[in-house]
Amino acid sequence: MPQVSLKVNGKPVTAEVEGRTLLVDLLRETLRLTGTHVGCDTSQCGACVVHIDGESVKACTILAVQVQGSDVLTIEGLAAADGTLHPMQEAFREYHALQCGFCTPGMVMSAIDLVKKNPKGLSEQEIREGLEGNLCRCTGYHNIVKAIDAAQQVMHGKVKELPRAAE
Amino acid sequence: MAFEGIGASVKRREDLRFLSGRGNYTDDINRPGQLHAVLVRSPHPHARITGIDTAAAKAAPGVAAVFVGADLAAENIGGLPCGWQIHNKDGSPMAEPPHPVLAIGKVRHVGDPVAVVIAETKAQAKDAAELVSVSYDVLKGAPSLEAALRPGAPLVHDEVGGNLCYDWHIGDKDATDAAFAGAHKVARLELVNNRLIPNAMEPRAAVGEFDTMSGDYTLYTTSQNPHVIRLLMGAFVLHIPEHKLRVVAPDVGGGFGSKIYHYAEEAIVTWASAKVKRPVKWTADRTESFMSDAHGRDHVTVAEMAMDANGKFLGLRVHTHANMGAYLSTFAPCVPTYLYATLLAGTYTTPAIYAEVKAVFTHSVPVDAYRGAGRPEASFLIERLVDQCAIAMGMDRVEIRRRNFIPSSAFPYQTPVALQYDSGDYVATLEACLKASDWAGFEARRAAAKARGKLRGIGISTYLEACGIAPSAVVGSLGARAGLYEVANIRVNPTGSITVFTGTHSHGQGHETTFAQLMAAKFGVPMDQVDIVHGDTARIPFGMGTYGSRSLAVGGSAMDRAADKIIAKGKKIAAHLLEADAADIEFKDGKFQVAGTDRSKALAEISLTAYVPHNYPIEELEPGLEETAFYDPKNFTYPGGCHICEVEIDPDTGVVSVVNFTAVDDVGRVINPMIVEGQVQGGVAQGIGQALLETCVYDADGQLLSGSMMDYTMPRADNLPNISVGTSVTLCTHNPLGVKGCGEVGAIGSPPAVIGAVVDALKDHGITHIDMPATPQKVWGIINANRPRMAAE
Repeated sequence: MPQVSLKVNGKPVTAEVEGRTLLVDLLRETLRLTGTHVGCDTSQCGACVVHIDGESVKACTILAVQVQGSDVLTIEGLAAADGTLHPMQEAFREYHALQCGFCTPGMVMSAIDLVKKNPKGLSEQEIREGLEGNLCRCTGYHNIVKAIDAAQQVMHGKVKELPRAAE
Repeated sequence: MAFEGIGASVKRREDLRFLSGRGNYTDDINRPGQLHAVLVRSPHPHARITGIDTAAAKAAPGVAAVFVGADLAAENIGGLPCGWQIHNKDGSPMAEPPHPVLAIGKVRHVGDPVAVVIAETKAQAKDAAELVSVSYDVLKGAPSLEAALRPGAPLVHDEVGGNLCYDWHIGDKDATDAAFAGAHKVARLELVNNRLIPNAMEPRAAVGEFDTMSGDYTLYTTSQNPHVIRLLMGAFVLHIPEHKLRVVAPDVGGGFGSKIYHYAEEAIVTWASAKVKRPVKWTADRTESFMSDAHGRDHVTVAEMAMDANGKFLGLRVHTHANMGAYLSTFAPCVPTYLYATLLAGTYTTPAIYAEVKAVFTHSVPVDAYRGAGRPEASFLIERLVDQCAIAMGMDRVEIRRRNFIPSSAFPYQTPVALQYDSGDYVATLEACLKASDWAGFEARRAAAKARGKLRGIGISTYLEACGIAPSAVVGSLGARAGLYEVANIRVNPTGSITVFTGTHSHGQGHETTFAQLMAAKFGVPMDQVDIVHGDTARIPFGMGTYGSRSLAVGGSAMDRAADKIIAKGKKIAAHLLEADAADIEFKDGKFQVAGTDRSKALAEISLTAYVPHNYPIEELEPGLEETAFYDPKNFTYPGGCHICEVEIDPDTGVVSVVNFTAVDDVGRVINPMIVEGQVQGGVAQGIGQALLETCVYDADGQLLSGSMMDYTMPRADNLPNISVGTSVTLCTHNPLGVKGCGEVGAIGSPPAVIGAVVDALKDHGITHIDMPATPQKVWGIINANRPRMAAE
């Protein structure tokens, strides 16, 4: 079986995989990083989004062998070593942007990439369009959009502290 | 410390694990030595199985076993049971054909499971499943109501003539006919309530494990009600007694009804784990979810309202056909009957109502409760019909509603269709929503839209629903084969912290937070002193689970009752310690106090005394501080409210955009407004999905065309608006918390408001109704149907 070596959440990893093994299966089954979810089989739902060398990618749509030598970041590796949440994670909690939590890891990883790629800031409509590749069945997206809007202000250094949600 | 009492938007304690990738969903569970199951499913809507050759699959690498229906039948494995029996008009019971775990003889819908392949890895099981050769004699299918009711239609079950599951009715036919005979005007509406595919984001999964030493079975499953699964699967399918079967429903990624039911795969992995003596895991691919999760809705209805000269409703007549799919799912028969036709009074004083419902088997996936379950179908019918009444009378849509509302002074209000509403104020929710949505300013917005080339419309729904199911004796008399109480066990630990075990289940609703908030307030302790445990039959005494917006109304009430028992016992212990009479002890702010004195004992002192009973009334009182309550509700709860929707239509493309959505709901007392708002927004999103985007499509023979997320239109962020949510509260009068329920109001109230808005936008194009979903194709067709041909054409 082919061997693949990569970094996952900063740690070097080497694993034997089948040629057909998807990245998401390497993460979930071999490495037991079960925070990355599989919600569909047609690359529609985005529950499996991770970052590969800083870019958001649906981990169900890339083979494990294709990430040889790459740096993969999953939801488990997002918070700081001391447990401090990433501003996007904090914003999702503050704005009640998750209910069942299943789409959440992919949603957060997509949202971070979306914000990073738009340093001038995103309008509400642009956030909504930017979430085209991520499905949520619980929230109606209202609070996800609010959370991303709040997080982008922190991520772009416009404010130091996350704006608090209205009571 | 921030306010965390009743009415505080406390942030959810579930969120940290979900946001960190540390949730524990069923597919995240891996048991030592685990094998993987893959199902072979029918590609045909209807076919006779003439042979199954499993030899090649059994010989494939990694394969441990292959089983077919005959293997289960040989071990006397039962079919999947139905939990509700409806009786026909003539008193005879409904047709209840068997639902084998794996198909025997015939397949009846695309996705009907035929065989299971169990192998070392999922990839090996998938490879081997391809090698299972099933020979079919393909028969003609009838997936739709129309096709299944046609004379000579192919029969789904040979023994069920005309494909008729039941022919049921409710109400007073003679009184209703008399109302029509004396009517000034009659409004009539034919409508379709489109079939939906639930699509919780987490696909169903199940892991079965058999302990060869003890003979104990454990099933980990994506369920909204683990005790119900234990009961159904243990008693009716696998014949495993309760004490040898543990069912765990860990974190579950959304349910919306689709994870209530007992599914074949749960029985298969549990049974197979004992056959192969290793744990067996199955996880659905999304493609399988589309063809095996119970679908929702699928009604065709004709409804008529009789009115007097003032627009007062005199009588309502309803004829509905409901699609059951190929087999009866767990609660399917009650959805188009007792969860639907009993709601037909809505918020109105209609004195005579008669409804007939015919349930029909078809060659399609079984249909069961989906967010709202019968009440969305009822509210859509009533609210759309009321709009037709306004047209027929030449009256304003709001005015005709006002004239027919049940007045707030009339509660408790007995409807002509069995239910007795306990409380509500429909004028209050209407007024609040009209104001919040600036209904009065709409015409200016319509004119502004017109100047931009857009067609703008506004729609309103003043709906009612019944949830918090339900009094056991009542539902028993109506055909339920279970009680619908809820259970709570509260353990005050020796040092005063509190563990609450609830029979409800959280799959997105935030119970760990709301219930902790509720119990912290009850006991007067900080929230971090209270933990909520759910989802495991080995830890929780019993429970009926979470559906029908019942968790707080029924499960929360059970907690309140158990807490009262704790407090009553605590008072006796305090009386002993304080040398007072128990009747003089008050419990307040976490302290047992002798009334009118400053002498008191904190809860933690009482609990420590209960577990270290050195100075204790041991003759009268057992040690320990743990109580259980089974709470059987006295009635349903009746949330209601007003939803107002504004849409803009692009006449060039037919695309409908929801530009404003305002909801004002009466959900009873609100514990956590943030969570209530989120529940309503999510429900509204599913309602907008039904109204504009989603529909299940079968071809004429029964092939599933909308069988993936590329084909079935799931609402995405850019399809939806911001959703403004408000509440206007009247308290439930019959449960101790005054709560009603908020999980389904969004999906129940919104579709008629959305369609009302679309129809309003298109009112100059000669339509008074449009069936859901109002897709661009349909809308464009209407706009262009009567357009004069241009000269160049």
